Amino acid sequence: MDFNFNEEQSLIQGQVSQFIQRDYDWEKRQELSNSERGFSDENWKQFGELGWLGISISEASGGFGGSSLDTMIIMEEFGKGLVVEPFLETIVLSASIIDEAGSQQQKDEVLNKVIEGNLHLATAFSEPQSRFNLEDVVTTGTKQDDSYVINGFKSVVMNGPAADKFIVSVRTSGSQSDNEGITLFLVDSDQKGVSKRDYSTVDGRKACELTLEDVLVPSDAIIGKEGNGLGLLKESINKGILAVSAEAVGAMEVLYKTTVEYTKTREQFGQAIGKFQVLQHRMVDMFMEYEQAKSLLYMATIKHSEGAKDADKAIAGLKYHIGKAGKFVGQQSVQLHGGMGVTDELNVGHYFKRLTTIGTIFGNSDYHLTKYSKL
Amino acid sequence: MDLNFSEEDISFQSEVRDFLSNDYPDDIKDKQDKRIPLNKDEIIRWQKLLASKGWFAINWPKEYGGTDWSPTKKYILQNELASANAPVLIPFGVNMCGPVIYTFGTEEQKEEHLDKILNSDVWWCQGYSEPGSGSDLASLQTKAEKVDDKYVVNGTKTWTTMAQHADWIFCLVRTETTEIKQEGISFLLIDMKTPGIEVKPIITIDGSHEVNMVYFDNVEVPTSNLIGEEGQGWNIAKFLLMHERSGIAGIAALKRELSRLKEISATIENGNGVLLDDPDFRKKLESTEIELTATEFTELRTLSAMSSGGSPGAESSILKIKGTELQQTISELFIEMLGYYAHPFFEEDKIGTNETVGPDYAAPAMPHYLNYRKVSIYGGSNEIQRNVISKAILGL
Repeated sequence: MDFNFNEEQSLIQGQVSQFIQRDYDWEKRQELSNSERGFSDENWKQFGELGWLGISISEASGGFGGSSLDTMIIMEEFGKGLVVEPFLETIVLSASIIDEAGSQQQKDEVLNKVIEGNLHLATAFSEPQSRFNLEDVVTTGTKQDDSYVINGFKSVVMNGPAADKFIVSVRTSGSQSDNEGITLFLVDSDQKGVSKRDYSTVDGRKACELTLEDVLVPSDAIIGKEGNGLGLLKESINKGILAVSAEAVGAMEVLYKTTVEYTKTREQFGQAIGKFQVLQHRMVDMFMEYEQAKSLLYMATIKHSEGAKDADKAIAGLKYHIGKAGKFVGQQSVQLHGGMGVTDELNVGHYFKRLTTIGTIFGNSDYHLTKYSKL
Repeated sequence: MDLNFSEEDISFQSEVRDFLSNDYPDDIKDKQDKRIPLNKDEIIRWQKLLASKGWFAINWPKEYGGTDWSPTKKYILQNELASANAPVLIPFGVNMCGPVIYTFGTEEQKEEHLDKILNSDVWWCQGYSEPGSGSDLASLQTKAEKVDDKYVVNGTKTWTTMAQHADWIFCLVRTETTEIKQEGISFLLIDMKTPGIEVKPIITIDGSHEVNMVYFDNVEVPTSNLIGEEGQGWNIAKFLLMHERSGIAGIAALKRELSRLKEISATIENGNGVLLDDPDFRKKLESTEIELTATEFTELRTLSAMSSGGSPGAESSILKIKGTELQQTISELFIEMLGYYAHPFFEEDKIGTNETVGPDYAAPAMPHYLNYRKVSIYGGSNEIQRNVISKAILGL
């Protein structure tokens, strides 16, 4: 048994960590987050040059053939810097689907550009009524000769505003919550009938509402086979869960450490507030939640990268804990910072907000505990 | 023991209900229902309307324009107003500074300020916390030096709620450096228009501008604005804390929000059913309801003890802790209920317009959740409240 990163992995970790320390200070992050685009295209290109964007993409598709372990390393560091560049959306969720199941034509059209940092993707899997149920799809795709006509609505599509192409889950047969009959389509954002309503999300990122109205796509816009979309989507979401969990672990590390430091310097009643036992125990609990989260993260990521049979269950367990731990660490970091914790100026509140959205994205703790108990 | 209202109480309850259905201004109601923050004028208009009914300063003694109501009658009014989601009163004048002035003030001070508070003609804010003095309020450093018939005030106050609207501020200031730090504190009323005062906004994590820094640079205040004696400020502050009774309205508001959660979650699809029928979500709602009921009756017991001559002591710390924990739990359940639609984020002035996305009830939920992280911090953090209970009640 060995929980150490290998040489290559340590190298990447060092690289990402250095990038965040050197090029991603808090003011810069806020500036990017508050900009119209919501992130830096220059950074994104740099990620491409450093090989990060292709790390998890197969060698056959021009990537480095890494596993979810490599993604974890990057995402954990991104979590520490609260990076807003859409690595999760373009790379982890979307490029992986194309790499896994796309036709050669789709791979050629998409993956090289993605790896170089010249193309953005978003996966549109949620609908207003679907909550966290991926199989609950009412957006329809109707076959018309050798084409499909897509009609429907996708809600809170992460990275939608920047996406050049969308992967959209569409019901091509069956009824609302059938597991069968869901098909993934690759749809250009500027395609006729596609309209977006862009907005910011509370964690300082961007999303959109996506309306598809009589969108006519050729059948070769299908990713994989017709009706087989749910399996692909679930695998993509599993990768997404591992990635946001790694991000959460990075964010929790920053929060518990920042809080400990703050309580060492903030004095009330003639002493550092970190001397009060009630706060010490609170911080010990925060620290333990973080450690437990990291343990589950490593366990689930290793299982996933090895294709273990119980990987799904491990991932559900991880996401349950991340929701719970992220909430506790986030809320208590704010609480222990007192009034300062609720200011927009201090970074603590922003880490808390990202942990809050991570708690919901891909299903909250309740959802995953139920899922866990069924697996 | 009797949990029932008298006939008189019931008839008052219907009077309040009639008022709310006939006289609650439509524009204000509409904003409240949509959870759009009210502006200053709307708040004042509402407070004046209540005052015209004699329903504003209900805790004040009758001789100053208050009431001689029983605790039950006060409970009924506040309960009905909160159940209808009527605007929350701004407490700084009516519930805080007013009682201080009629209890400790001179005749001139009463003359000058009380009627203006009753009529909401003057907006007050509270100058307590400082950057270095939060939980340890008595360590405050804002100095008031007596020069002839004036105090010269220098220092910084923070977390000053709605100072941007305020005409006056009541401040705790240090008039003397003493061995026991509480002894050198005085209670001073300051006109916000006095030269040397600067208000700077603090933006909070929900994106709103509710609190401020208030800087005092050689601000000259007439000594006649001192309340009580020099050095009596800490006792006045303690009196004020005991006197703050916004709890009842708090409980009614929580009941209202909890039933709103039930109503909305009964309409949210979740797999083959609705969210309200999800056993996990439902259990959280139910356990919150039980905790809320317990808190309501703890409060009623406290009120009842007070009406038979007791004074609310450390028991108010129980209500502060439980009340704020419930506020936070309920705001959190809204976020859970909304799923992804908790995430789109819009500026305050977009809420209630068609510029937001998702269902109408979605947009205000996250700002509310974030904003309510403050409730376990302000007014004496919940950690401090637990210290109070352990010392004053448990004798530890």
